[in-house]
Amino acid sequence: MTATTQPQAASSLWRLANPSRFLRFVDIVQPWLIGLIVVLFAVGIYGSFFSAPADYQQGETVRIMFLHVPAAWLAMFSYTVMAMSSVGTLVWRHPLADVSAKCVAPIGAVFTFISLLTGSLWGKPMWGTWWVWDARLTSVLVLFIMYLGLIALWRTIEDPTRAARSAAILTLVGFINIPIIKFSVDWWNTLHQPASVIRLDGPTIHPSMLWPLIVMAVAFSLLFMLLHFMSMRTEILKRRVRAMQLMQAAKETN
Amino acid sequence: MSALGSLYRRELRLAVRAGGGAMMGCLFFLIVVTVVPFAVGPDLNLLSRIGPAILWIGALLATLLGLDRLFQTEQEDGSLDLILMSGWPMELVVVVKCVAHWTATALPLVVAAPLFAVFLNMEPLAIWAVVATLFVGTPALTLIGAIGAALTVSLKRGGLLLAILVLPFTVPVLIFGVSASYGAVTDPAPFTTPFVILCAITLFAAVLGPVAAAAALRSAQD
Repeated sequence: MTATTQPQAASSLWRLANPSRFLRFVDIVQPWLIGLIVVLFAVGIYGSFFSAPADYQQGETVRIMFLHVPAAWLAMFSYTVMAMSSVGTLVWRHPLADVSAKCVAPIGAVFTFISLLTGSLWGKPMWGTWWVWDARLTSVLVLFIMYLGLIALWRTIEDPTRAARSAAILTLVGFINIPIIKFSVDWWNTLHQPASVIRLDGPTIHPSMLWPLIVMAVAFSLLFMLLHFMSMRTEILKRRVRAMQLMQAAKETN
Repeated sequence: MSALGSLYRRELRLAVRAGGGAMMGCLFFLIVVTVVPFAVGPDLNLLSRIGPAILWIGALLATLLGLDRLFQTEQEDGSLDLILMSGWPMELVVVVKCVAHWTATALPLVVAAPLFAVFLNMEPLAIWAVVATLFVGTPALTLIGAIGAALTVSLKRGGLLLAILVLPFTVPVLIFGVSASYGAVTDPAPFTTPFVILCAITLFAAVLGPVAAAAALRSAQD
């Protein structure tokens, strides 16, 4: 979010704070986004399932990586987006921040679930077990539970603004888990392999596998963006309906 | 300071007299410890090996049990509003309430732990290790739990949600509490390192817990 360093970009970001402008923005962006996602997934899936070579150790199962790794990145990225939105809710009372935070949670939970599931499917042939209580796996499972807890909190508190602030506080407290997940493979020497793409000394993974992975990661990120926008639009419209119903009810009682 | 002192005394008196909340926690702890041998079998060697884990899980659940009452009764009878308007920083009030809650519910668990450890055939050294880790670690449980209690303060049946929200955050406390206890009895594993990390978690929770809980309480009021 480098937008704040450039006054013009910052003002355009601020203009999106208006829900109607945001809805119009989504309407314009959405078809392009869908097109881009379809193209990227086509390229990425071709790259990961046909062009990339089978691993000399892991064989064909290495292809699970092209789903597993982007999903795991997005699981953490979703939480980060949620945490940033929570800051927006608590500090600036930004009108779209709580909508954004609320809409991220289910998407993040699904990405976390996908990464757990694909990891499990990959772990069975590689490690000989569906699940180990290793630091990385366990911290991601905790992340999944936190997503579900946050969704439950959103649903339990009826008043949307109060739910937003409660969830924002909990989200920020839970952000501690994200660096723990990221560095768990470095801090604890366990079964899960250490970081091989995002490293200070450059990726240790072969270019023929790296490019499909990156294309898939970008495709996943754009898919996240699309789902997030669509979900936010639905939420804004739902809130409008709720406000209209309240107004109607008030009119009828008068 | 006298206001906070009287708040502390009031909390303590309420905890001991009204509904016997403090003793309930201990009783629950006893029941957990009693039930486990039925589940895993009465093998004394096995029990002494998993004893620290059983005691820690029992203490964790017993601590969670009373947490939903930490702010809720006062929210219901309106005294929470009075405390908020008293001019004292809410963070400090949360700290005082947590300390009182810990004295009333967690400290009895720490005191009772050696007795229950005997049921589980634990060695004297392991018993002392568990007591020490519980003494240091349970404040973290209370302080983390205060966040959940504050978030669910206005909900009618917040108890279950509170447990769901709080339990993921208590995982590190459990890990280091149990590993320090094991470290005391098994040779190559150290006791000091996990114990010091446990102390650090408690200090961290003492900073984070009151701030987050106070923010949640303030947002629940308007």
